[in-house]
Amino acid sequence: MSGNEAIARGLYEAGVRFAAAYPGTPSTEIMEEYSKYEGVYAEWSPNEKVALEVAIGAALAGEKAVAVMKHVGVNVAADPLFTVSYTGTNGALVIITADDPSLHSSQNEQDNRNYAKFSKIPMLEPADAEEAKEFIKLAFEISEKFDTPVFLRTTTRVSHSKSVVSPADPLPYKDKTAITYNAAKYVMVPANARIRRVEVEKRMQLLKSFAENFSENKMEINNPDIGIITAGMPYNYAKDVFPDYSYLKLGMVYPLPEKLIRDFAARVKNIYVVEELDPFLEEQIKAMGIKVTGKEIFPYTNEFDPGIIQNAINKLNKPANLPTKNVPPRPPNLCPGCPHRGLFYTLKKLKVFVTGDIGCYTLSFLKPLEGLHSTICMGASIGMAHGMSKALKEKGKGKIVGVIGDSTFIHSGITPLLNMAYNKSNAVIIICDNSTTAMTGMQEHPATGYTLLGEETIKLDLKVLVAALGIKNIRVVDPYDLKTTRTVIKEELTKDGPSVVISQRPCVLFKRAKTKPQKPLQVDPEKCTGCKVCLGLGCPPISWKKMEKKEGSKREGVSFIDENLCNGCGLCLQLCKFGAIK
Amino acid sequence: MVNNYDVKSILLAGVGGQGTLRASDIMCIVMMEAGLDVKKSEVHGMAQRGGCVTSHVRYGSKVYSPLAKLGGIDLLVAFEKMEALRYMNYLTKDATIILNADEIYPPSVNFGDIPYPDDIIPLLRINYKQVKEIDATDLAKKSGNVKAANVVLLGAISNLMNIPSSIWEEVIKKSFPEKLVKINLAAFQKGRDA
Repeated sequence: MSGNEAIARGLYEAGVRFAAAYPGTPSTEIMEEYSKYEGVYAEWSPNEKVALEVAIGAALAGEKAVAVMKHVGVNVAADPLFTVSYTGTNGALVIITADDPSLHSSQNEQDNRNYAKFSKIPMLEPADAEEAKEFIKLAFEISEKFDTPVFLRTTTRVSHSKSVVSPADPLPYKDKTAITYNAAKYVMVPANARIRRVEVEKRMQLLKSFAENFSENKMEINNPDIGIITAGMPYNYAKDVFPDYSYLKLGMVYPLPEKLIRDFAARVKNIYVVEELDPFLEEQIKAMGIKVTGKEIFPYTNEFDPGIIQNAINKLNKPANLPTKNVPPRPPNLCPGCPHRGLFYTLKKLKVFVTGDIGCYTLSFLKPLEGLHSTICMGASIGMAHGMSKALKEKGKGKIVGVIGDSTFIHSGITPLLNMAYNKSNAVIIICDNSTTAMTGMQEHPATGYTLLGEETIKLDLKVLVAALGIKNIRVVDPYDLKTTRTVIKEELTKDGPSVVISQRPCVLFKRAKTKPQKPLQVDPEKCTGCKVCLGLGCPPISWKKMEKKEGSKREGVSFIDENLCNGCGLCLQLCKFGAIK
Repeated sequence: MVNNYDVKSILLAGVGGQGTLRASDIMCIVMMEAGLDVKKSEVHGMAQRGGCVTSHVRYGSKVYSPLAKLGGIDLLVAFEKMEALRYMNYLTKDATIILNADEIYPPSVNFGDIPYPDDIIPLLRINYKQVKEIDATDLAKKSGNVKAANVVLLGAISNLMNIPSSIWEEVIKKSFPEKLVKINLAAFQKGRDA
């Protein structure tokens, strides 16, 4: 099982029947797997803040509830997070944060262990799939015992690595739900919150003593010369190269067991703290007055592997001369037939500044499309387009476009769009509506008409919503039609006031849309002049091959379409002025 | 730079869409069935869209890390020819390399900006003794489906492991829908014979 599959299994075995989330790599598969178990309630919420609030509500009603998100999702959910720490949870509440050291699929590399300390919420961190399954159960036990939300932190390497897991029988589900009134505990006005604030500190003290005897804070005394304090996946990396050193492996990374750490320090001569990203453990241990080596020798950035730890401790700069060879890079690309391609080709030709967002379309910043010029976070495209347009005044007129996907728009694009209408913006916003959450692998959202559990439901009409927000200029285009797409965006750029263009066509990989691939296109080598215009699309099947110059001809090569990859979307056909593609 | 205890490391490297991860899944189940501890690691997400796909598989009596270190891979299987060069620095000096003869051009090669390397095999042979090229895509076609190239490569890999072929065949049978089982078993055998 992967770490994510194991977490889903652990939730089921722990008798947890309530989960809410927004998809985000590397957390997505937890919900996809969990939702397959019988008798569970699982939902995709519009964003992580809503997901956490839904889970808080379920816990208040007595359920064992979980909210699942990627690391940056916790930023979105931070507002309820900090206060649910005060109220406590009644039932039980666990928040899973899936961090992404090395930014495999994220816009930043934040270390969410800091959230545990910041919000005064305990955090567990498993090192592999088997532990992930067991730790999720322990997280719920701690939540129930101490009336506190509990974090479970994974990293990409834990979530997406597979290892051997032994499934156990699930606990029977006990319905403990009921309506209970307790204003002093759940109405966080200043008078009540001041009292709960003190309770939080009392709880932290109890949790600190609990951590001293917590079964998953494990000491292994072997070679007493070197001791390693670590947690999560780095434990495996270290153990791989230094199986004989002594270890203190922390299953709970916040709060720390101070006595246990002092005990370990007394038993070994030199201590290394092995942790990816921030010196989170290291700073706390150094603050205890214990001498340890950490970020003096280990990197702050990127995930580790066994070699990085071995080289740092053995003081080697790099492993002995390993052969290398530079080969052409293979960056990810929009799929053949992707509806975003035609839109971003058009935007490049219009020479506008495009504030972008989070989704597959972010990839269009790459050559040759280069149709996107900023990406910060979910929803930022709209606020930024408005801000740029306001700041640039006349200079920005007809030059600023914000682009956002359908799922991302629902996640956090609605309020900034309302703001554009309210504050009389001039920018154009394009919603790339591909009818799904494509980047994370086709998850449902409020405009798809289906829930996570596969039930039919309302299908949000984006056009009606945009109109209700006060946007008067609304157009819908098919991005496969390059000419109309270009004309419509051009027209909207010249108008006063904000405009929204909905660029509508389902993702080619989206099964329910039943997009049938058309016959692959071919290049007629006689007609092709080798002008390379079709290459500007950056479409994977299109390549260009050099050929011998014939006498009297300027042609240096011809385009070629790989029939195994082409799905006949027809964009290149619209671009070819010589009728060479058919 | 030696591996401790008996753990062996395999790196499968390919391009999104080639079935690299499927192959590594099958391989892991085979190892489990053979009674070994096994861990594997790969990266999902953006890598799926035409980019590089890699999977580390580590097996032995007790495996800690699902990731191998630089200079720590014993067997590299390149599902696409050029990908074999990209990960040379991961190999031990006695490593074995199996590579598919198939070439898939990335955008920079398609645009004519960078040439596709034409000295892949010689470059590998300078550094490593065991280099084997297999036209897995062609053998898959002959088995009845071009997509079975990943299973052809599994056949070639199985020759290097001390696990009975019956276990491999049983796992392959369970890994595909019934109508594809025959094709994949044929592909596996072609890989073993290659």
